[in-house]
Amino acid sequence: MNRLIIAVTLSSALALGACKKEPPVVTPDAPQDTVTQPTPTPAPTSTAPQPGSQSHFSSAMAGADTIYFDTDRYNIDNEDMIALRRQAEYLLQYTGARATVEGHADERGTRDYNLALGERRANAAKNYLVSLGVPESRLRTVSYGEERPVATGSNEQAWARNRRAVTVMIER
Amino acid sequence: MIRFSLFASLTGVALSLSATPALAQNDDLMTDLDPASIGAQDVEETTVEGDGDGEGISVTVTADAWQDLGIAIASFATNRDVSTPANSQGTAALGLELARVVYSDLRFNGLFRPVGPDALPRPSYPEITDPAWNTWRGRSAEMLVHGYVRANDDGRLTVGCYLYDVALQSELVREGWVVNPSEWRRAAHKCADLVYSRLSGEDPFFDSRIAYIAETGPKDNRIKRLAIMDSDGANHRFITNGQSTALTPRYSPDYSKIAYLSYVDGNPRIYVYDIGSGRQTLVTQSANPTFAPRWSPDGRYILYSMAVGGNTDIYRVSAAGGGTPQRLTSGPAIEVGGSYSPDGSQIVFESDQSGAQQCYVMNSDGSNQRRISFFGGRCASPEWSPRGDQIAFTHIVGDFHIGVMNPQGRNMRTLTNGWQDEGPTWAPNGRIIQFFRTERNSGDTSIWQVDLTGENERRLRTPVGASDPAWGPVLP
Repeated sequence: MNRLIIAVTLSSALALGACKKEPPVVTPDAPQDTVTQPTPTPAPTSTAPQPGSQSHFSSAMAGADTIYFDTDRYNIDNEDMIALRRQAEYLLQYTGARATVEGHADERGTRDYNLALGERRANAAKNYLVSLGVPESRLRTVSYGEERPVATGSNEQAWARNRRAVTVMIER
Repeated sequence: MIRFSLFASLTGVALSLSATPALAQNDDLMTDLDPASIGAQDVEETTVEGDGDGEGISVTVTADAWQDLGIAIASFATNRDVSTPANSQGTAALGLELARVVYSDLRFNGLFRPVGPDALPRPSYPEITDPAWNTWRGRSAEMLVHGYVRANDDGRLTVGCYLYDVALQSELVREGWVVNPSEWRRAAHKCADLVYSRLSGEDPFFDSRIAYIAETGPKDNRIKRLAIMDSDGANHRFITNGQSTALTPRYSPDYSKIAYLSYVDGNPRIYVYDIGSGRQTLVTQSANPTFAPRWSPDGRYILYSMAVGGNTDIYRVSAAGGGTPQRLTSGPAIEVGGSYSPDGSQIVFESDQSGAQQCYVMNSDGSNQRRISFFGGRCASPEWSPRGDQIAFTHIVGDFHIGVMNPQGRNMRTLTNGWQDEGPTWAPNGRIIQFFRTERNSGDTSIWQVDLTGENERRLRTPVGASDPAWGPVLP
């Protein structure tokens, strides 16, 4: 379990970096609101990322690891489907890969409700992946409610980027 | 010795591979926690001396008049200025501090028109039971608070508290308590409670504690720790070390436990932290996330919200552990939170089954669910007043405000006007509400309180950012 926590923390940090590098298509740039940490530079190693690792998945997805939701909604729209299909293809190609789907809400909600809303969003994404043939046993979900924003502003652009479900690899 | 170390390393391996949270779930707790300073020790009441008359005098103060009463709160006297762990300068200095706490309690809550000990003459020890009436009449004080502190041979302190009517030259009430030196503030809060209750006719509330979440760090990497403090913000203490996010604490009604949400095993789960043993256990054995813990008024049950396959409903489980949880709500909407009526017969909760968050009431077995909020905007995080007559909630109308309504959902009033005020919690006597306020952009949080008029609003002084306040009952 401890290892899992470390993996999740690491992969969240990586996913965060990936988001910054590849801003989502659905929302315009919001440079003032992005996180202040510098863009991570690729590790100077000669070995390529292993399939099933977070860095491999993240670069293969090029932003499609995250889907976005309207306020208080958790339905999967056409854009989400395109992203989730790419995730499913990856998971079906690399059969050893396991993933966590993280559900998030924006700050403009009450704490308990946002936890429930994050659960809905993570499960909506997970259920769609399962409907595409990804074995349920390889997916887990976690809701972070409003606790882990990627955009720190208090405006519509920032909130749109925070209402999301992010798929991250469970590294072992 | 060899066998021991072999065993230890084997255990270490087993630990790192094991998925059981039984050991890992205590990783997040501070290691130097003193149960006596987190839970509740009984304060012993004691008989204090007076001049004998004055008992039975009934002073009636009308509701709007008592707020304007001038009260002089003089430094507490001591029979002998001796050293005490409660104050490095001795019991005389402690007497001044005691009066300052009484003064602050009344002043910061907008109660009466108190004058504090720093602006008043210091009475001598004999004057505590025999006030210098002319001095106080000359200062146009209507009421007078006197007190004393004595260091006992056993190391404890005896604190006496007296309330006098200056015009009548008579004692209205007196009480005394024996406390450990570390709990000297409680004696001052009890004195403030005595004065407040005697003059207003309301129940006491100062001698109580608040569990909350201490926040530090930037908005996108916030550290959130379980913490506690006295009702006036003093005696702040951390319970968790901040390695994992902690949220939404609730003291049990007897102050023996704190239920709260922690991500200590990587998932949102409610733990019940036992103050006496310093250990915590899961509220229920389930692979599903659990959140929004609430105690029943008698402490026998814990309500929690659990998401199964993404759908959140409210459950009830025995607080003693074991037993099968009972599901109180069903259906595909989010049902979350919940707060018992003081008699334990009903629960107010929130649901988005209408399409947006609204407040609902049900019987405590889950029957007879009905919506009560129809006033426009959204109704979230409802909390039933300990008096039973009001329900506080987060009113979402674009911005977030604290509102109150009666249990039928009528007579809605908005008490605050911040950008994001949420999470109301009631003072034990149901006359004051605390909540937390989030600042736009920075995300900084702070705990505030407001009375039922909405006029007396103030920020609590906490050492770091603060959210999710949960006010416990009056200490035993």
